[in-house]
Amino acid sequence: MEYLSEIILIAIGAALINNFVLHYFVGICPFIGVSRRVDMAFGMGCAVIFVISVAAFLSWTFTYFILRPGAPVTTWVWGAINPSSEAIVDLSILNYIVYIFVIASSVQLVEMYVRKFFGGLYKSFGVYLPLITTNCAILFACLMIMKHICGVPAGQMWGLGEAMTLAVFAGIGFTIAIVIMAGIREELDHCDVPGPLKGAGITLIVSGILALAFMGFTGVDRSLAELFK
Amino acid sequence: MDKDGPTPLERFIRGILPENPVYRQLLGMCPVLAVTNGMKPAMTMAAAVAFVLICANILISLIRGLLKPHLRILVFTLTIATFVTIADRFLAAFVYSMSKQLGPYVPLIIVNCIIICRCEVCASKQNVLTAASDAVGQSLGFTLGLASLASVREILGSGTWFGIAVLPSAFPTWVIMLLPPGAFITLGLLLGGVNWIGGAWARRPAKSP
Repeated sequence: MEYLSEIILIAIGAALINNFVLHYFVGICPFIGVSRRVDMAFGMGCAVIFVISVAAFLSWTFTYFILRPGAPVTTWVWGAINPSSEAIVDLSILNYIVYIFVIASSVQLVEMYVRKFFGGLYKSFGVYLPLITTNCAILFACLMIMKHICGVPAGQMWGLGEAMTLAVFAGIGFTIAIVIMAGIREELDHCDVPGPLKGAGITLIVSGILALAFMGFTGVDRSLAELFK
Repeated sequence: MDKDGPTPLERFIRGILPENPVYRQLLGMCPVLAVTNGMKPAMTMAAAVAFVLICANILISLIRGLLKPHLRILVFTLTIATFVTIADRFLAAFVYSMSKQLGPYVPLIIVNCIIICRCEVCASKQNVLTAASDAVGQSLGFTLGLASLASVREILGSGTWFGIAVLPSAFPTWVIMLLPPGAFITLGLLLGGVNWIGGAWARRPAKSP
């Protein structure tokens, strides 16, 4: 029960309360760039959910077993090379490089998969699929997972379940935000926007108002936590 | 090498205003929005981005002969990731409280579009001097963008600038400016203002021939 309530809290926190786009400001570039039409925005959201899950799974595995201070694999290798040493091996300085490598390769993987099995979808994505590599949201999810593994006492470390929940629901939160934005922008096309604000300016102001609306979710997690007690 | 392209000096000036990364190219929005609730974090972030941008541009320019077209983006990101790790460790060692406050946004410089864009557009095609001046110009432009947004948000949001009180204490501070919505709305309005001034500037010669 405790585990379940923790999972639910992480899910709601990632998707609504601390929405990646509207609270942490990550993934703004596709949020502004690809939010012109609802179907494109939804496709982008689905691609992000998929990539973020793959990247989170790989980066959790790498961080937990190889990179964190005192990780099992590195300790075993170090022990095999240097049996008399008592030192704790810490490879967490390599975190960022490993994450960006993992993200780049999982995007490549998704691209090959989509091209092979969904030709039409691949054409409609065009340049946006490789651009997911530089989507801050993915790296941010990896960093959140890292924050809960490196430098945390062993009992409170996140397992794969928590990490995957965070990643999937962060992707869902991104999709919600970008689809709402695309719907608003489709309507904005028929409005008389002042010249200098056309394009990115009005999009940013609308996202500000959206962020204001999402601030209404603040505190939901606390009352839910009380409910579960 | 492109001999007809802009000279190093032109590239330097272009980065500051005409091709300002924040207001003109709309690149690297995550740090722009996330760290500008005060001048101090904004300037720390600007310094970190400038360090990474200049080092990465110089290094990419030095190895441009070795780059293979299909692997270049990977080489760019790995180079940038290395420099970001250096900057992150440096910040954690010398300004620990600031590094805590910036949190995950320092590692997020890796996927900041400005740096990859400059590596792709300029450093991988030009010599070291041109690439370096381009990087300095772009990072000054980025600093300018961050400083303008952070000034508005810090003065209206907490009545201070660089931590020094500038508004009378009777002024009601707008807390919303320090929260996420304030960032979006301020940047949207500033962007509109910059576009308006730019448009007026472009129309100017026609009025007084």
